[in-house]
Amino acid sequence: MSSVTVTEATTGPELLLSTSPHLHSRWTTKQIMWFVVLALVPCVISSVVYFGPFQLVIIATAVLFAVGTEAAIQRLLRKPIAIADGSAVITGLLLGLIVPPNFSPVFTALGAVFSIAIGKMVFGGLGYNIFNPALVGRAFLQAAFPVAITTWTIPQYAIDAVSKATPLAALKFDHVVTPITPLVVGNVGGSLGETSAIAVLLGGIFLLVTGVANWRVPAAMTVGVIVFGGALWLFDPNAPDPLFHIFAGSFLFGALFMATDYVTSPMTGRGMWIYGLGISLVLVLIRVYGGLPEGVMYSILFMNAFVPLINRYTQPKLFGEGKA
Amino acid sequence: MKFRTFPGGVHPAEEKELSEHCAFEIMPAPSMVVLPLSQHLGKQARPTVEKRAFVARGQVVAEADGFISSPVHAPIAGMVKSIGRESHSSGYAKEALVIVPAELKEGESLPEPQRMAAINPETASVEQIRTRVRDAGIVGQGGAAFPTYVKLTPPEGKRIDTVILNGCECEPYLTRDDRFMLERPDAIVSGLRLIMRALDVATGVIGIENNKPQAIAAMEKAVAGKPGVSVCPLKTKYPQGAEKMLIKAVRGREVPPGKLPLDVGVVIQNIGTAVAIHDAIASGEPSITAALTVTGRGIRTPKNLLVPVGTPLSDVIAFCGGLTEDAAKVIVGGPMMGVAQHNLQAPVMKATSGIVVLTRDEVAAHEETACLRCGRCVDVCPLHLNPSRLARLAQRGMIEEAEQLNITVCMECGSCAFTCPAHIPLVQWLRLGKQRVIHLQRNRK
Repeated sequence: MSSVTVTEATTGPELLLSTSPHLHSRWTTKQIMWFVVLALVPCVISSVVYFGPFQLVIIATAVLFAVGTEAAIQRLLRKPIAIADGSAVITGLLLGLIVPPNFSPVFTALGAVFSIAIGKMVFGGLGYNIFNPALVGRAFLQAAFPVAITTWTIPQYAIDAVSKATPLAALKFDHVVTPITPLVVGNVGGSLGETSAIAVLLGGIFLLVTGVANWRVPAAMTVGVIVFGGALWLFDPNAPDPLFHIFAGSFLFGALFMATDYVTSPMTGRGMWIYGLGISLVLVLIRVYGGLPEGVMYSILFMNAFVPLINRYTQPKLFGEGKA
Repeated sequence: MKFRTFPGGVHPAEEKELSEHCAFEIMPAPSMVVLPLSQHLGKQARPTVEKRAFVARGQVVAEADGFISSPVHAPIAGMVKSIGRESHSSGYAKEALVIVPAELKEGESLPEPQRMAAINPETASVEQIRTRVRDAGIVGQGGAAFPTYVKLTPPEGKRIDTVILNGCECEPYLTRDDRFMLERPDAIVSGLRLIMRALDVATGVIGIENNKPQAIAAMEKAVAGKPGVSVCPLKTKYPQGAEKMLIKAVRGREVPPGKLPLDVGVVIQNIGTAVAIHDAIASGEPSITAALTVTGRGIRTPKNLLVPVGTPLSDVIAFCGGLTEDAAKVIVGGPMMGVAQHNLQAPVMKATSGIVVLTRDEVAAHEETACLRCGRCVDVCPLHLNPSRLARLAQRGMIEEAEQLNITVCMECGSCAFTCPAHIPLVQWLRLGKQRVIHLQRNRK
């Protein structure tokens, strides 16, 4: 806040001057970012529980390189070093949690550099990027290392029937449907942080209850996946049921941690609904008819591109000019 | 029970407990009063006395200059020391009369105290009410200080069906209206009925936020058996007391952008204004006393006070034990929309509702970061603007775009800046943008 301190002519007190309002809510950018980091802790724990301690190396690498890249670029551009705001830590954490277990730390580092440099800093840094930086990094890894990024390690306590591949791949390529219970608990193949619905929900609910994440986006995605996924399930015997859509793959992780990213999601309430429903539509289409088993990453990136447009066309109606 | 309200808004800490239990105290007359000629919206008053003239308590010292203007009365007897530019709580120096106690020489005497004739409130005619409200120099106590007489004289053809008394007191800290409702409920109802009679309206509603249960009870008791008047408890949420928000909550009507409450058939008056109207009619008292809350952790003894208009802020603060060691910001008005003061010689005015002193810890500045596009400001804006976008446009000088996105509708309630986690001074940018749009519109003509 711009403010001035003036000293009374002679003996008076020093008084602070600034324009109203003179009160402020407890939220700061930093606090929000560190709340998100805290919310991701259960996912980090579940990755270690199911895939072993080596996953910590991968996650730490991603965080380190994300933060390092941001600091280096800010230094290079002679901008203030803003890594303390925690946003680069989040990007690193998110990227680390969406690569396969035992993924190469070298590749992870490359992905983290790409996330921050291309996904965020070229747009002007925090607040200006169009696409979710962690997903940009993940998309880069998918293109650069297609084999490594789809090589899934079996979780330590896996049930035989589901240990061959991720549940989505099992369904797509082998027509094997994974039951819900292992999906909820998380002892299935998949990316580090996304396999356990319990861990994801724990962090996600924390974000929703504290008001850090806006509830509308995850709500819209859930409604969307039930409506669109349900419609396909009714008419296409090969399509999975909506519950499977919700608990398999990265749906929950994407809905609670990726799609809720402020910068790359709409600012208006109606916009959030359109955005969330759009993600689910694209997601269901990719999962059921696309060549890839999973589609959360591409569906979010796809809808990220429309956010400026959505913002523009969902401006609320002015008070007094009819219902918003 | 579900309380009525409006969509949007914020919940700052209420902080009413600092002063809500303090009954009004009458502050003794100060040794000097500074009477700005502009204590109201509209044209400043024209002085009717010369420098060095002796004046009586209650005497008119400046008369209304035009329809939208208001006279000024002397709150103390004494001598006009000077007429010139003095400190003003808006931050700008403004024309004011300074009155000091008279030093009488042999043979000189002060004029007799002046008071207008009392009128029975039960039988006062429309003409008597309007004339008295004008002559008593009553202005709106809600903050904008609009001359009350003008509001009681609506243009021909406007149909008004409801008078709402604003007892929300949605600004944190302030407890003046709360105290009025506890201490003078009958005067409030009498004032409301006088307003209703002046406007030929059969329905009067007193809107009160539900964080004042005692005030709600007191007012409900006072309206019992009085036809047409009722109490409407409202949800506690800032800015519930903004005119548009209050009408939305009480009557469900939305005032269109650029329109006034009377365009949707409503006139709003503040609780304090109702008391002032009753006193002007029933005891002939002109507007020479300001009721205000002096509070905050930066003041030693928070109080609710009745203060002679024109008393310097520093005198009022001294009467409340002075500032604490860690006092850092003195605000005239509430902390959401009030004005930070740099000169405590500025006087209390007719519509001054409070002095709030915040401490160093409470005003600690937070670092401003880039906008996160979190949408919180859009969520809370009670007028459904997009503050972040408007601030950005104002910052970049894109004034015509800001105009198209209705920047001038903003009432500067501060909900957006209150809630912004990036600590962007949104209201500051919006104010700048509004001024530049108004400038642009003036040049177009």
